[in-house]
Amino acid sequence: MSRDEVLIIRNLTMTFGGLKALDNINLEVRKGEIVGLIGPNGAGKTTIFNCITGVYKPVDGDIFLHPPVGKARRLNGMAVHKIARLGVARTFQNIRLFSHMTVLENVMVGRHSRGQSGVIGAILRDRKTKEEEEAIVRQSYAILEKVGLNAMVNELAKNLPYGDQRRLEIARALATDPFLLLLDEPAAGMNPMETMGLANLIRGLRDEGNLTILLIEHDMRLVMNLCDRIYVLDYGEKIAEGTPEEVRTNPQVIRAYLGEECYA
Amino acid sequence: MVIRVNTIEKTVNWRFGNLLLVEVGSFILSLLWQYLFARREKMTKNNSAKYRAILSRFFSGKIRFVVGFAVLLFPFLLSTYHINVLTTALIYVVLGLGLNIIVGLTGLLNLGYVAFYAVGAYLYALLNHHFGFTFWICLPLGGLVSACFGLLLALPVMRLRGDYLAIVTLGFGEMTRLVLENWSDLTYGPSGISGIAPPTFLGITFGIRGTMIYLYFLMVAFCLLAIFLVRRLRDSRIGRAWVAIREDEEASRAMGINTSKAKSIAMMIGAAWAGMMGVVFAAKTTFVNPASFSFLESAMVLSIVVLGGIGSIGGIIIAAFAVILLPEYLRFLSDYRMLAFGCAMVVMMIFRPQGILPYHRRTYEFKEVHR
Repeated sequence: MSRDEVLIIRNLTMTFGGLKALDNINLEVRKGEIVGLIGPNGAGKTTIFNCITGVYKPVDGDIFLHPPVGKARRLNGMAVHKIARLGVARTFQNIRLFSHMTVLENVMVGRHSRGQSGVIGAILRDRKTKEEEEAIVRQSYAILEKVGLNAMVNELAKNLPYGDQRRLEIARALATDPFLLLLDEPAAGMNPMETMGLANLIRGLRDEGNLTILLIEHDMRLVMNLCDRIYVLDYGEKIAEGTPEEVRTNPQVIRAYLGEECYA
Repeated sequence: MVIRVNTIEKTVNWRFGNLLLVEVGSFILSLLWQYLFARREKMTKNNSAKYRAILSRFFSGKIRFVVGFAVLLFPFLLSTYHINVLTTALIYVVLGLGLNIIVGLTGLLNLGYVAFYAVGAYLYALLNHHFGFTFWICLPLGGLVSACFGLLLALPVMRLRGDYLAIVTLGFGEMTRLVLENWSDLTYGPSGISGIAPPTFLGITFGIRGTMIYLYFLMVAFCLLAIFLVRRLRDSRIGRAWVAIREDEEASRAMGINTSKAKSIAMMIGAAWAGMMGVVFAAKTTFVNPASFSFLESAMVLSIVVLGGIGSIGGIIIAAFAVILLPEYLRFLSDYRMLAFGCAMVVMMIFRPQGILPYHRRTYEFKEVHR
């Protein structure tokens, strides 16, 4: 295992009852890459995300994480919040913002894991707590500026347009100081203009923010433009991997997407 | 009302005079009903902002001073009965604020809150009865022991939410009451414990009225402390985590929040308040028995939180006074007291489901530094 790989998945298997959602998946993500995860609905893409972030405990196989500092960790069975603290952040396929909190507060919650203050600090509001709180507000605002939502910091999250809610989810994930960002269909429901803006944002995060990104997406143009490498899943199995060009021409992928009887 | 059936003589009397009254009455009621509905439709964001502005003006500046002065003067002008009622209302303000942390901020529907109240009350009653512990020793002890009970309840129900949590907490509340009722060797069963010492001030004891006034001021101080603490907690890192858990538990976990820890803390702090209020309650009535800690009490406190507006401090204070004082002063309606109270609640939920004073999220001002 070279130091380059930040996420290594080996023989990952996940079953729900009798249903095999993931079957022997192998996957690597290297530092600074944008990796796409595509496949028809129900192929197991989100299940992989849930295994990485600790929502599910894999039935078999290993998930290793190499944080930039510290030693490699095996993520199987680790608590969700601990994995988040290691530097893995995610967004959700069906937007899961804190809808009755303001835009800024949503991002401030993301800063939670990087803070220290507890109940005593909250009550006494000593200098350290105050400084931490000010820093949280400042950093959160800076993140909102980066994603272009700083004009509506005090708006309730549920009142935001759909595209902005997706951006806010990314902002909230960024607030946890991740080195690996998992985006679950970030462009779903966006119009072409918004999607283009999103692509630029994601590229910017990789280039300037030193982030490694693993994303699930159905918008093929976005995936082909953005990703360095792509993994294709179908029925819980990996059917192809490679550069966008390789994947595009892979007969198995075409069959998975267009059906058996197509002889393209 | 219009027809009277006499079952003995088997005759039917028509009272047409009453018919007119019923018609006029229902006409006016329906007009009012329609008007309220029309108003609810019209209720825009702007309107509610105006409403808030009026209220906030009411609670600021000179008026706050006048209210404070009135609070100080009340006990010297009113009879012991009224002081007693006000003290009870203040206890419920604090209970409401405590439950607000659990239900309002963290979103853990707790139907057994009264159990913590009972723990505090019985702790003081028993320690005072057997060992002569004084009020001021038992007060923090009651909070502490209740907090432990809070943790005890929080640990097994960590994974539950919504309906399931409500059922378990309901069971916990009833269990506590049943234990108090049946463990006669310890708790003296349904007959309860009487002759609990009222609180003293640096060893000085007061008469009945003096004690009442003393407890009243103690509760005023407690309310202020509770308001202060809840406000600080709400606008802090842990308070944000609580609200995030209420909004979406899985997402908040993905944001690195240790939800089990945050929920336990909320449960413990909420329970601690109820425990301390239990001690005050025992000292106020000088008598405790299990009947004081029925499910109705939990429902009462919960209705205060819901009526006031989930998470809103001002709303909870108003609601606590309404819920305690209205039934108390509506006693002349005797039999219809609870009915009127219930109607008020239903009407409230239809026309103002967000509560009397819904809580608005804190906003932040930013100056444009860049560009």
